[in-house]
This record gives sequence, C-alpha cells and structure tokens, in this order.
Amino acid sequence: MLGYILRRLALTVPVIIGILLVTFVIKSLIPTDAVTAMFQGQVTEQEAKVAIDAMRHQFGLDQPWYIQFGHYVTGVVQGDFGTSVRTRRPVLDEIGFRYLNTLELTFAALLVALVVGVLSGIIAAYRRDSWMDVTATTVSLFGISMPAFFFGLLVIMVFSVWLKWLPVMPRGWTALLLPAATLGLIEAAPLARVTRSAMLEILGRDYMRAARAKGVPERALLFRHALPNALLAVATIVGLQIGHLIGGAFIIEVIFGWRGVGELAVRAIEWRDFAITQGIILIGSATFVTINLVIDVLYTWIDPRIDYSAG
Amino acid sequence: MTSLLTIEGLRTHFTTPEGTVRAVDGVDLTIAPGEILGVVGESGCGKTVTALSILRLIDRPGRIVAGRIDFAGRDLLRLSDREMTEIRGNDIAMIFQQPKVSLNPVIRIGQQIAEQFIRRRGLTRKAALDEAVKLLTDVGIPSPASRLNSYPHELSGGQAQRVMIAVALALHPRLLIADEPTTAVDVTVQAQILRVLRDRCKELGASLILVTHDLGVVAQLADRVAVMYAGQVVEQATAIDLFDNPRHPYTRGLLRSLPRLGHVTERLLEIPGAVPSLIAPIAGCRFASRCGERLPRCTEEIPAMLGEAHLSRCFLAA
Amino acid sequence: MSATTIGTATDEAPPRATGLRWLGRQLLRQPQAQLGVTALLIIFVCAVIAPALVPYDPLQVDAIHRLLPPSAAHWFGTDELGRDLFSRVLTGTRYFALVCLVSVSISAGFGILLGLLAGAGAYWTDMAIMRVMDIVLAFPFILLILAVVAILGPSLWTAMIAVGIAGIPNYARLVRGQVLAVKHEDYVEAMRAIGAGPLRILFGTVFPNVISQIVVYTSFAMPVAVLSASALSFLGLGAQPPLPEWGAMVVGGRTFIRTSWWVVASPGLAIFLAVFSCNLLGNALRDVLDPRSAPK
Repeated sequence: MLGYILRRLALTVPVIIGILLVTFVIKSLIPTDAVTAMFQGQVTEQEAKVAIDAMRHQFGLDQPWYIQFGHYVTGVVQGDFGTSVRTRRPVLDEIGFRYLNTLELTFAALLVALVVGVLSGIIAAYRRDSWMDVTATTVSLFGISMPAFFFGLLVIMVFSVWLKWLPVMPRGWTALLLPAATLGLIEAAPLARVTRSAMLEILGRDYMRAARAKGVPERALLFRHALPNALLAVATIVGLQIGHLIGGAFIIEVIFGWRGVGELAVRAIEWRDFAITQGIILIGSATFVTINLVIDVLYTWIDPRIDYSAG
Repeated sequence: MTSLLTIEGLRTHFTTPEGTVRAVDGVDLTIAPGEILGVVGESGCGKTVTALSILRLIDRPGRIVAGRIDFAGRDLLRLSDREMTEIRGNDIAMIFQQPKVSLNPVIRIGQQIAEQFIRRRGLTRKAALDEAVKLLTDVGIPSPASRLNSYPHELSGGQAQRVMIAVALALHPRLLIADEPTTAVDVTVQAQILRVLRDRCKELGASLILVTHDLGVVAQLADRVAVMYAGQVVEQATAIDLFDNPRHPYTRGLLRSLPRLGHVTERLLEIPGAVPSLIAPIAGCRFASRCGERLPRCTEEIPAMLGEAHLSRCFLAA
Repeated sequence: MSATTIGTATDEAPPRATGLRWLGRQLLRQPQAQLGVTALLIIFVCAVIAPALVPYDPLQVDAIHRLLPPSAAHWFGTDELGRDLFSRVLTGTRYFALVCLVSVSISAGFGILLGLLAGAGAYWTDMAIMRVMDIVLAFPFILLILAVVAILGPSLWTAMIAVGIAGIPNYARLVRGQVLAVKHEDYVEAMRAIGAGPLRILFGTVFPNVISQIVVYTSFAMPVAVLSASALSFLGLGAQPPLPEWGAMVVGGRTFIRTSWWVVASPGLAIFLAVFSCNLLGNALRDVLDPRSAPK
C-alpha cells in the first residue's frame, strides 16, 4: 500500500515540474512589466535603459533562465509566492482565507451533487421507464445543457426578486446554502446520468439475481448490494468532474459574491496581477494533485479487485 | 406421497422484437420432500427458465403467463412480492451456474453469508459470523475463519460454488434449486461439489432440483429425472427406470449421445436436426421434426403426458 | 443456461453495422434527433446569414433607448447600452458556430493524430502520449485557462484554443483504443502481408471503424465546448465586450437583473437551447449505438 502511494507520488513529479515551469513564465512577466511601467515617459531612453538594467540585475533577471527558475522554485517551496502588485500584500495572505472559502463551497456543493445525483440516478435505474425515470432523465438533460452562470442568475432572480430572501440572508453557514445548492445541482446532472447507467448495468448482473434468490429485500438489494458497485463508476466520474466543479465554483463565486479563490482569480486577470494568478495556479494545482492521489487511494478501498502491488 | 412442490401448466414467455419466445410452455413437475430431482435437456430447452420461475426471478422481457406453483400448500404465483422475498432463502434457495459472478465482488465472503443470519434470524454480527464459519466448514472450505475476510475474486471457482452452497443452505430451506452447479468448475472438482451438494441436502432433509445438461451428473445423484425439450417436460421417471427403459425417442437419443467409459464407439451419436424455434407455435409433437420414429399423427396431434409412475409425452409409449 | 441463451440469441441476431449512412438512417427515425438536428440547422443557417437578418446593428449604442423591455420594435428588448438584444442574440449564433468549429477541430484534429500515434507507435511513444493526455484530462481546466490567459491576455480566440486543448485527450483515447482493437485483426495482418504501408493500413482500416464513434463523441464535445467557452466569456476570460457573444452579453446584464431580466434571459436562453439541441442529438446518437441504455 505504501509502495503504491509512493509510486503514485513519483508519477506526479512531472506534473509538478510542468506547473512550476508555466507559473514561472507567468511570474517572469511581472518585473519587466512593472519596471517598464515605472519609468514610462519620465526619463530619456538612455536613462531608462540604465535603470532597467540595474533593476534587472537586482531581480536577478540577467542570470540564465535555469538559475532564475532555481531561485523561483526555492522561493515557492519556502512559501514565498511573491507580492501582489495591486494590494502590496504577500500573495499567500491574499489567497489564504479565500482558499478555505472555496474549499467550503466546493465540498458543500459536492455533497449536494452526490446526494441528489446518486440518489436520483439509483431511483431512475431501479424504476426504469417509470415517470420518475423519465423525470430524472429529462431534468438531468436540462441540467447538463444549462450554463452554470445562467442557472446561478436564475436562482438569484427567483430568490431575491420574487421571494425577496437574498438581502436578508445572514452571513455564516446559511450564506453558503444558496451558492452550494446551485453549484451542487449543476454538478448533480452528469452524476445522475452516470449513476443511472452504472446501476442499470449492475442490476442486470448475476450477483444481483443471486442476492434476490437468497431473499434480500429490495431496499438492501439496492443500497447494500448494487450501490457499492455503482460507486466505482461514480468515483471515476467524480475524479474527472473535479476540474469541472472548480470551474463551476469560479462562476458561482462571482455570481454570489462569495469571497473565494475564483473571484480573486477573475479580479487578478482584470488587474493583470500576475503574482496572484501564478499563486492561484500553483495552489490550485497542488490541491488537485493531492485530491487525485486521495481518490486513487480511495479506489483501492472501494474496489478490492484492484491490486495495488502492481503498476 | 405428498409432494413438497407441484408445478402445473407453467408458461413463461419472453417478449422480443422477433416475437414471443415460449421458453417454458406448459411444464408440470413434482418433487417430494427430501427427494433429488434431475431436470435435463439441451441448452434452450427451458430448464433454467423453469428453475427461475419457481423463485419468480424472471426479469423483463420475460413473464410468467400461466400456471400454478404449489409449494407446501401455497401457490407461489399468487404471493405478494414481500411474501415471495420471505420464501426466498428461508424456504427455497438457489445456486447458479457461474459461482464466481454470483457472489458480489465488493462484499467480503463472511458478510455475504452472515447477512442472512443478521437480517432473517436477528443474530448479532459476531454470532452471524460464527455461524458462517460453521457453514463454510460444512461445505469443506479449508481454514474457514480466515476465509471470511476474503473477497470473491480471491476464491477458485470450486470454492466459490461451495460458498454459494453455504449461503443457499444457511437458513435450512426445504428446497434447493441448483442450476448447472458444476458446469463452470474444473472437472476435477465437479464430483466434490456434487457430493457436498447431495450430502448437505440429505443432512438437512432438503429437496434438491438439479438442473443440468449432463446426464452423467443426473445418473450419479438424482432419485427422479425429468427430461425437457423445447419448453416442455417430455419424460419423467425414477432415475433407474429412465436410464434402463427410456420411453421417449428424445430421451433415447440423449442417452445414445452419452459417451461411456469402457465402450469404444466409432463416434458419438447425435440427434439430427435442431431444436425448433420457440416463437412459432408447433402443431403436434415438438420433437417430431427430429424424430426417427415419427408417425403420421405426430405432426398433427399434440401428445399428452401419459403413464403412472413413468410419464412420457409420446404416442409410441401409450 | 437457457435463459441467457435465449436472451443473447435474439440480441445478437442482426449484425450491427456501424457505417455513417446506417447511423444517419437510424438517427433520423428518432424524434429527439429530428428536433436536435432541426434546431442546429437553424442555428447554423442563422450564423451564416445573420447580417442580413438583424433589424439593428448589434453594436449600435443608443443611450436614449436603454433597458427597454421586449416590444414590437425590439423583440428581445434592449440592453444597458440601448443595443437591440434580438440582433445581438442572432449575431451570437456566429460565435456559437465559431466555437463549435474551432474548438472541436482543435480537439478532434490533435486528438485523432495523437491517438493514432499512441495506438500504432512504439511502447514508449504510447506511454508518453497517454500520460500527458491523462494529466490534461484530469487537470482543472480553469487553471489551464488562467495560465493561458495570463500569458496571452483574454480573448475569444484564447478561450477557444484553451477549450480545444482541453478536449484533445478524449479523442486521443477513443482513437487509440480503436487502433489497439484492430491492430491484430486478421484483415490488418493480411493488409500488412500484401505490403500495405502503415499509413494506408491506418486510414484503410482504423478510420472507417472509428469514424462513427468520433461522430458520437463530437456530439458530446460540442455542447461541452460551447458551455466552457461561454462560461469563460462570462468570467471575462474569453470574448470581451462589446462582442455579442452570448456569455459575454450576460456579464453586462448582471447588474440590472432585478429590474431588467431580459438582458440576461435572452442570451442565457439562447445558450441553453443551443446546447440542449446538441445534447438531444448526442443522446439519440448514443441510443442508436448503444441500445442497452435506450429507453424501451
């Protein structure tokens, strides 16, 4: 098991190097931009060139790129992600609390998505072709066709314009309710579809008939015997959906004014604040790599057939 | 003789785009308490569908369209789904052809057996697992206690079938239906599985319906034999009687096609022709098209099941 | 086991042809597909002839007629700068079509190429390509686009290219799987024996087999691409105002959602309906090729 995790970790090394290279390129845009901006139109070309060269030397920009990259990686490892040009605060401080907010939102949404998506998928498969199946299938088709931002705005329209709830929404965990439910319902649609087709396949398997033959009641049949098998398919799609979920979180944050990483990222692009952008990419990628690792390990736990001593 | 199970006029049909397949089309069967009944026939003759119909495990597009299945005084076809669930496992249990895929791949063996005791007998998990160890010992699984934590993919086919037998017999049902229980296991293990099956049923006083295409298996185990052809039972007799004195030409054909140890034959005899389609209704005897002893009336009249203890569906036997 | 024999016998009875023409015929029998195809045709025709159809210049600002509700003069109303929403939504079909074509072409083009290389190439080529594909597939798309946008600056083209890149791995996997499947088939061996070059084998055998699957997958890739691109525009990472791209149009209307819902609703519904049509078509295609999941 430990060997497997270590091997899995080794496989993430190229990913991390790739991410560092990309963010390094982004960060390299900062000093040049800042320096040029600083001297723009204030001095002669000659003076500016001297000043820029001095600046470049100060930032170490006259060294070969791999030395610069080395410095960059050392900094990142020590938690130095640079300083925001806009707010003049360390990037890590800017991202810190927002990171937790985003985690909160995505986990709550994932929970909603899993409960709604998996449950409706199970019911649709179990009562195949019934009105419940037709409803669930139709709604999920609507769901996967619905742009997240439009759905979010619709929710706001309904709750704030018609029901007039939104302004009285207090801060705290109830503030999480609406954004998390919105994001969760969007993500539930593809989950429901996958769960339904996985369940349909599993309900036709020999072991399900054998379980019925020994008199396992319907409910246990569904939740004790079929569901654990279907969860494998669900885990796969959840793994693949994490990217989608994060993208959705960005949109929902912007719409609901949720102070998360996504909202910050959109502003950073607008401000051309490259330090924050590269910080978000770094931290986001690190989170993603970790989550993927966790999911792979969870896999071995859900499916006893996976042999983690090999490959 | 009071029977434990009586099937009368069972018809199970499957709706397909090509038409209705009459997989089981008027089957009559009886089995006495403690008896071993062999049901034989080629694949597609309806023997498995008959077995599944008894437990009402027929899935769409199949449907039981007619008949009575009388079990200890109750017609199973008239029970509610809930009552039927109660019958399954408690009174009638079943084991299947493919033991390895009949066990849930993500649930430990111990749990798959113990589940029965916990849910049906209200035992604690610990007590149920203790019972499971006893059951595994009874069916001859080595080091049963450590096997409880195994997953199905860690078992051989023979072991998996033993586990299936243990699961099926856990609640001491009065009837066990075994559908081709040895087809998917190694030849060397087949005899052991059959012995376990017979011994366990005898010990518990359970009746056994053994569905198979293998006449050798039937000869070894069965007290009585029913031969099925094209969705119907064509001959029913005690095993000894049937093998000594087969009355239906189809049964005779089956017996001729059986390879025998010590008999050197030029080639195995086979029955010419193929099983008729079960979609179009057949006038007369279903076997007529392949029968070497066909009479003119065979293609016009439907022969009835005739005889006292030895029944057969053939005009020649009457 | 007689039950399964009966089942499989009838299931396997008609040999399944997977040619494109067969697919088309089956498809057009389904009401879902008819609806989807019709809607998409309308959208693409609109995209081509939009300039001739629009009653107003989609970019013409009119400070006096701001935020007018839908009326006979302005069918969908006007936006916060007084531009005619009907004209803008209609012109938006062009960007919808553009995203479909550009993003999906990038995904399919590179994906098919890489899939062929991976499937037909040496072990290490295969390994290297597929590992990279796995990473791109699972990597949060939004982080990828942040990086691209940070370097290149936000624009519709940046967004379309990024969306296209994100879609490459699925095509690559699909094609690679198909190549591996036919690699050792007898007829491929036979072609090799008569001296056919690898390219001829690839395009002679693999392509005809995989083409229908590519079509089906494309029907799923298209709505995903459109949704992603419009989401990026909404976030300000894609199409920039005043471009009448549906996602970008929603941005401006957001502020006025309490009073002037139509500014958001028009482009929002347009995206929804367009994507929904794609998905109807995709569903129908999948049902034709995989009848197990189809409702009876």
